[in-house]
Amino acid sequence: MSAHGANPNRIERFAVSSRRRRTDRLARGGVLAGTLIALVPLVLVVYYLLREGLGAWSPHFFTTDPTGNTFFKSSDIGGIRSAMVGTIEMVALASAIAVPAGIGVAVWLVEYGRGHWFAQLVRFFVDVLTGVPSIVFGLFIYIVLVVGTGFAGYKGSFALALLMLPVVTRSAEVVLLLVPGALRESALALGAERWKVIFRVVLPTALSGMVTGVLLAVARAAGETAPLLFTAGATNKVNYNLSQTMNSLPVQIYTDVTSPTQSVVDRAWGAALTLVVLILILNLLARLVSRRSRLA
Amino acid sequence: MEAASIPGGGRSRLGRSPLARLPDRALRYGLTLLAALILALIVYFFVRLVGEARPAFAKEGVLGFTFGNDWNVSAEHFGALPLVVGTLITSALALLMGVPVAIATALYITELCTGRLKGPLTVLIELLAAVPSVVYGLWGIFFLAPKLQPAEQWVANKLSFIPFIGGGVVTIPNYFIAGLILAIMILPIVSAIAREVMTTVPPDHKEAALGLGATRWEMIRMAVLPYCRSGIVGGAMLGLGRAIGETIAVTLVIGDAPQLSGHLFSQGYTLAAVIANEFGEATGLHRSALFAAALVLFVLTLLVNGVARVMVLRAARSSAQSRGGAAKPDVADAEEAAVLGA
Repeated sequence: MSAHGANPNRIERFAVSSRRRRTDRLARGGVLAGTLIALVPLVLVVYYLLREGLGAWSPHFFTTDPTGNTFFKSSDIGGIRSAMVGTIEMVALASAIAVPAGIGVAVWLVEYGRGHWFAQLVRFFVDVLTGVPSIVFGLFIYIVLVVGTGFAGYKGSFALALLMLPVVTRSAEVVLLLVPGALRESALALGAERWKVIFRVVLPTALSGMVTGVLLAVARAAGETAPLLFTAGATNKVNYNLSQTMNSLPVQIYTDVTSPTQSVVDRAWGAALTLVVLILILNLLARLVSRRSRLA
Repeated sequence: MEAASIPGGGRSRLGRSPLARLPDRALRYGLTLLAALILALIVYFFVRLVGEARPAFAKEGVLGFTFGNDWNVSAEHFGALPLVVGTLITSALALLMGVPVAIATALYITELCTGRLKGPLTVLIELLAAVPSVVYGLWGIFFLAPKLQPAEQWVANKLSFIPFIGGGVVTIPNYFIAGLILAIMILPIVSAIAREVMTTVPPDHKEAALGLGATRWEMIRMAVLPYCRSGIVGGAMLGLGRAIGETIAVTLVIGDAPQLSGHLFSQGYTLAAVIANEFGEATGLHRSALFAAALVLFVLTLLVNGVARVMVLRAARSSAQSRGGAAKPDVADAEEAAVLGA
């Protein structure tokens, strides 16, 4: 530690030792390698989806229902029309239930329940819902609605709605908390009623952020298989009546995967590509909307 | 304002008529009712699930069901230990493989990469979360599992002296493949939370480390990682909760064998997978046993999520103390935002 003024060794003492430099380089390389490893499955999944799925796509594939003939190789197995229609119908109904309910609970938590013990309890239960495995949602609905009456599309929608509810509530709550208190206060000071403040000031300000959360919840619900297995049942025919059994893309894929016939497995790949494209579009929309958000 | 009240004893000019106040009250009580209704619904579901599971618990006993090592449908013996163990093995594997990679991606994105790469990389990692469970299963069983089987057999042969890993015949569907698929599935959420927490590290801490002559890695090790520990642990536990409850992808690649096997590359079963596979044809006691399995699964996820919460709280408190009481309430908020963003 002697400090000789013009000693050239002095610079060296501040330099990073080669051992430390090696550790640094090694660790940075490891971090980069980890990141690249994370991208490997993405590339592989996309590659196989495109390779196997595009081959199955055809006008016939999107405009016919599955025929149920999967045993004989020569017979026409049909496409995925009923599955697409079923997914869209069931997810639409599920959103119609979960979005108003979820946003309503979020508004209550932020506007009325702040600091209240009951709000803490509700928040805790919403968190509990977030952690519930999706197949357990399916069984909940099975016990309450399906036993004794059979499968139906709207029962599948209820299961999906349960799944969406906590996602919508928590994302809406986060966005509503971002709405500046000054906005609320100025509206109240001008004499607006509480409900008018909520509908005319708070909700419009938070709108784009909430839309983002809703779209992500819809995307998640569209990809779920487990809640539909024992609630919506399985059918091949296209069906516009939500009180009957209903096909859906994930369930169609799930049943096709286990088939020994190659053409049926091909249909599973085609349906999987369709489902992923659908979900990607929803994600893209969510991203675009969130970019336009007025709240940071 | 001097005539705020009408001399005749009427109401204030600034006050509202009871009729005008009605929508306000309606909204307030309507929303409260809605929140209460959802609460009641969850409790009702839980009670009904317990009711449906009761026959199986009555026959085997709660502990006998959970820890009995015999799942035999035709003999009506229902001991769920092979399923519980399968669930734990696959989720532990998912954590083991998924969390380090997730932390690496988060570190790379927040600390090491150039600004131009940040956005695209984040989007790419989040795309992993957009792929549905059944598609991972499809990909896993037709591509990943067959392609990896020779490599797994090689590892099993080379490491035959290690009890759990080595020896034995590698089947195409097995615990390891299920764990690997789960690792891929939990990667985006763990990464998102880790990233979100890492952005809350005060620049002062990082600059101080660099200013004292630390290399980039030393800065990460001494300033970033200790600050983020609680958040990363919480993110990992949330990932664990997802892995435990994941159903369809695991069902397709686990092999449906309800036996305990002391071997990483052999077929197994998980709680969620057994429900998905057997519930369709189950009747009577078998169905009740599957409801009981769902209940065990439900309680398991509740425990994991609860422990995650406690760990995050405790870690946050201790790190705040070690930093001279510098509280950091924003970490928990960031975590929430990250969970929702994923």
